[in-house]
Amino acid sequence: MPLSLSDPNWYPIASSEDLPFRHVYQGQLLGRELAVWRADDGNVNVWENRCLHRGVRLSIGINEGQELKCQYHGWRYANQSAGCTYIPAHPADAPARRIENRKYPVKEAYGLIWSSANDEKPFVPFPGAVGEDWFALRPMPVNAAPGDVVAGLARLAPDDQPADLLPGMTVRLGDVVYFVQPIDAGRAVIRGLLPRTPTDELATLRHYNEQLTRLRDRLERAAAKKPAPEPLQPIYEKVSADLATMPDIAVPRGNTLNVVVKRKWQSADGVIGFELADRDGSHLPTFQPGAHIDVHLPNGLVRQYSITNGPGDLLSYVIGVKQESASKGGSKVLVETVREGDVLAISEPRNNFPLRRDATRTVLIAGGIGITPLLSMARFLDKSSLPYELHYFTRNGESVAFKSELDVLHGAVHIHTGLARDAIQGTINQVLGPHQFANHVYICGPGAMLEMVQETASGLGWPDEAVHFEYFQNDKTIDASSAFDIELARSAMTLHVPAGHTILEVMREAGLSVPSSCEQGACGTCLTTVMEGEVDHQDVYLNKSEKASNTCMMTCVSRAKSARLVLDI
Amino acid sequence: MPNAIDPITRNLWHVVAATNELPIGLIETTLLLDTPLALTRGNDGEPVVWLRSDEEQGDEIDAETIVERLPVRTAYGYTWTCLGTPTDDLFPIPEFAEPDRVNMSCGSIGIHVSAPRAVENFLDMGHFPYVHTDILGSEPHTEVKEYDVEVSEERDEVLATRCRFMQPRAAKSATQAMEVEYVYRVPHPYCAVLYKSCPEDESRRDVIGIFLQPMTEERCRAHLLQSMIDSTSTITDLRRFQQTIFGQDKPILENQYPKKLPLDPRAETPIRADKSAIAYRRWLSQKGITYGVIPQAS
Repeated sequence: MPLSLSDPNWYPIASSEDLPFRHVYQGQLLGRELAVWRADDGNVNVWENRCLHRGVRLSIGINEGQELKCQYHGWRYANQSAGCTYIPAHPADAPARRIENRKYPVKEAYGLIWSSANDEKPFVPFPGAVGEDWFALRPMPVNAAPGDVVAGLARLAPDDQPADLLPGMTVRLGDVVYFVQPIDAGRAVIRGLLPRTPTDELATLRHYNEQLTRLRDRLERAAAKKPAPEPLQPIYEKVSADLATMPDIAVPRGNTLNVVVKRKWQSADGVIGFELADRDGSHLPTFQPGAHIDVHLPNGLVRQYSITNGPGDLLSYVIGVKQESASKGGSKVLVETVREGDVLAISEPRNNFPLRRDATRTVLIAGGIGITPLLSMARFLDKSSLPYELHYFTRNGESVAFKSELDVLHGAVHIHTGLARDAIQGTINQVLGPHQFANHVYICGPGAMLEMVQETASGLGWPDEAVHFEYFQNDKTIDASSAFDIELARSAMTLHVPAGHTILEVMREAGLSVPSSCEQGACGTCLTTVMEGEVDHQDVYLNKSEKASNTCMMTCVSRAKSARLVLDI
Repeated sequence: MPNAIDPITRNLWHVVAATNELPIGLIETTLLLDTPLALTRGNDGEPVVWLRSDEEQGDEIDAETIVERLPVRTAYGYTWTCLGTPTDDLFPIPEFAEPDRVNMSCGSIGIHVSAPRAVENFLDMGHFPYVHTDILGSEPHTEVKEYDVEVSEERDEVLATRCRFMQPRAAKSATQAMEVEYVYRVPHPYCAVLYKSCPEDESRRDVIGIFLQPMTEERCRAHLLQSMIDSTSTITDLRRFQQTIFGQDKPILENQYPKKLPLDPRAETPIRADKSAIAYRRWLSQKGITYGVIPQAS
């Protein structure tokens, strides 16, 4: 039977011992090359052996533990999802689009790594697999058609004990089970299993190796006399049309997905931790450090929470929620009514607080619950052995959240507890120091603290583009008393925004679908390009120079000072 | 099976050897566009190129006896030939004629990849910190800043300007890290020229050319030219520097799949840093080049 690129059977593609930590193994199956690697959490990834950017083999890439880094341009792809998390050529941008490598099903069992060309069949143990402690023989590559290799193996059987031919190119010879891995039309690998570890491992391995070497020599002599079969021609799938054009920086409003609350615990005084996982145990979408998710609450409210996870850690998202006494009902519902086992709808991760990884010095400053995005950043920097300092200000020792997670970081982590305002300012002044080339600071915390850090940094000569911040919320009182027109350049529409209504609301009412998240000018999701007109900025997302440039705005709270605004929508 | 050679490629001048490395009175053999060639130099030092039949590398020959000759040009230290009818003159590199420059060929290196892949790698700055670590770039200075690209209609070439990159050791004569500014030209489908700020003289630019000899659709030879303002380094040092750089690119290029350059925009994932590569691919597509590329399905 000729081989097919779409053969749905599972075949072994490597031995478990071919995949030590921090190694990338080059596998082959049905004419395709595979990059096979084990992450530090033990998960095995089987990906097309090709970086989506410029087609360089990922098997020459670097296994960084939870991410695989391409040798050519340093693009990083996450464990589990194969989603791109970082593009070093544009370190200030979050990879705005979903760039995901092609991945194949994988199963590690009986000392072997198994994969298949597609998801059509679930993995099923071979007959008689269960109950034995299998021992893998040395693999034997053969330059012959896989079907001929199966036939050759069957002929090894003695006359009184014929071979047992099992489905999926499997041959049982007495105790030994052989699997033929079809590499291409004219190439195969024989992988054998013994039902238990032999007493003399080396002698046994050698015995079977010699037997298979003789078989290989016979098969290759026979194959040399036949015309070489035509190799399979793998098809490289095209990337989606939106990836093929040069990206603008735009984050589409993603679909929601349902997650289950796997764990809920008191992380610190006043901070509740939530671990959110896929209901079927699949991994969650790729995120970048600094990203947040919208959580749709049972009472209809939508709130944003930062993901605290480190790189390649996609089996669940961990968020931290503050038990606020004067909560408007968002955190309160989560803290009081949501329990372990409940299902919540969340958005796909969005990143409006991206981390540059090209800094010579990175300072992370957290106030209270503001630790959450910075913990994620610290974990990414930690895993890449990049230098950073994390300064975490809390009211007292009991309110230090994610203590055990912070304890295992290798960077400089300083926890400052119980400092008064002046002392905080003094510490920040000292921590920042005068600005130097390629220094960046990231701040997340209460509004007053953010303003203090921004002022201090500015006084020390830090330019706006080196000071990155994320507000929890916009504490400013929004003045919605103005009325004006908006002209939507790409949609060819002019709309009137009356007093008391936001630009976002007016656009939605007109039938436009526009992304938004917090809708209070804090998260950055509704960022829009302004082509003409003067903006009345009321958000806390844009920095001073961005506001002064008058080229962008947040449509959820900001308005117009002029009678008309022209927006790139 | 090799693709039929498109007429544009057939009628181009192609580089085949560093002229002064061709032995006088002895045969060199090579491959151009799947066509075996034989080369030698006459007693006058002028190269002669013809279609190879049963000649072997190293055979003795008197160039005078070769009757059926291919057209030949010598330029920038290299010998160029054409399998069809040359329509245009070879592209200009005016700096080459400046009297105080050190001009040198830096070797001819075989690479198992198509010529357009090698051109694209030459235009790329994003790989400096990863492939030319601590020479042309180093982490964490990985950013490719915005730059400008145009296709000059008048000169029919791709031109990228204002390309800037932080480099620890931009040239042999550099002693400390500096932000270098590059200008890239692609004046020929298989050749590119770069101009970079010169560490020795701020007002002038070093010139580095890469001329690819497409041997087959998936194999080429890279011929390197340096035209430098450098009063201290020896030619050996300058050559060694360039060969180190190219030796770092070679294994990456040979691990690129497919080996031919895909012109379909959806074959790979471009980012803003790849503007010059995108312009180059479009330019090849519009010219109708099919040799060494996977043309966009129409």
